[in-house]
Amino acid sequence: MEYIDPRVNRMELPANDDGKEIIESLEEWETYEVFHQKKRGEQHIHVGIVHAANPEIALLMAKEAFGRRRQTANLWVVKTSAVTATDYEDQDIFETTPEKTYREASDYYCMDRIRKYQEEHGIEDRKEERRKKKEVRVK
Amino acid sequence: MSINTGEMKDIKEFLYKIADDQLIIGHRNSEWTGLGPVLEEDIAFSSIAQDKIGQSLHIYEILHSMGEEVPDIIAFARKAKDFRCSHLTEYPIGEYDFSLMRNFFFNHAEHLRFEMLASSSLEPLANLAKKYKGEIKYHIMHSDTWVKQLGRANEESHTRMQSALDKTFNLALGIFEESDFADALREVKVFDGESVLQDKWFEEISSILDKAGLVIPERSKWVPSYGGRKGQHTEYLEPMLEEMGEVFRLDPKAEW
Repeated sequence: MEYIDPRVNRMELPANDDGKEIIESLEEWETYEVFHQKKRGEQHIHVGIVHAANPEIALLMAKEAFGRRRQTANLWVVKTSAVTATDYEDQDIFETTPEKTYREASDYYCMDRIRKYQEEHGIEDRKEERRKKKEVRVK
Repeated sequence: MSINTGEMKDIKEFLYKIADDQLIIGHRNSEWTGLGPVLEEDIAFSSIAQDKIGQSLHIYEILHSMGEEVPDIIAFARKAKDFRCSHLTEYPIGEYDFSLMRNFFFNHAEHLRFEMLASSSLEPLANLAKKYKGEIKYHIMHSDTWVKQLGRANEESHTRMQSALDKTFNLALGIFEESDFADALREVKVFDGESVLQDKWFEEISSILDKAGLVIPERSKWVPSYGGRKGQHTEYLEPMLEEMGEVFRLDPKAEW
């Protein structure tokens, strides 16, 4: 079998009867999921995968594979095997989610009640003023 | 600090020594690009090689500001005898165990040298040492992690790393070849000297190699490979320079 990575081909792995290569346990590294944090305090975002023999080497590899071209404050590596995921077969559990707009803050109609309260108590609506000022600037 | 002409010459020699080491080992390590043992390591090792070449460029720029040629000429147009690199950096890449071990010895020496230079009276050099602190810290993390991992992974990896260490150690000692101008540099507080550096280096590598289960040759067997700092090089440097400057020499005035 021809692999995309020439390094694997150069290893000239012995094959079994089906023509499938036998990979020794030490040659089979695990994959690690890499999470990248741009600035301290921000969330870590998943950016990709590296192969490595252990977590320390995974960090070494992740630093250059995912940190060399962007601002980085911190990296995490997590063994892929440590991730528990939902099944794509069960993707239908999310199906009606987009319809549930009442779960979004923008779906709450309460401004009329807030304005009424402000008028009754003589509170200035600062946000409204800022909005008007902005509109004037844009014009 | 005021520097007289003699000291200026000494400082330049000193800078050439540091930068030539970085350029030559950087170029050598870059020969692994596309051939590294696994893709991720290929990227990491190539990136480290680029860092070293970048550091040498910075020092060549300082040299240029002191009246030397422009960095491209310094790097690509000098003869082997004008280079001040140590023999360790000149050797062909060999097997990966050799390249890792060489890098391990070199990185620790570089890191400690820069740590000493951070308080040097020569301001551009002190600034440079501070600037690359993090870069070199990663280079050390890289070599230490691999040396510790392979030193203890299995019998084959241990045997290979120990044999690479045995072959490389005397070459590594060559980094610390003392120059004729050492006293002058110490006097003007530019650099404390190679023997101070070597002692610090020995202490640092010993603790890592101990963790890796690898053994350093006994002192009675130490035969440092000197000569590089005086322009006497191994047979490997000239062909390497030939290849490194090949494209540059086609048209030295080309704009890149």
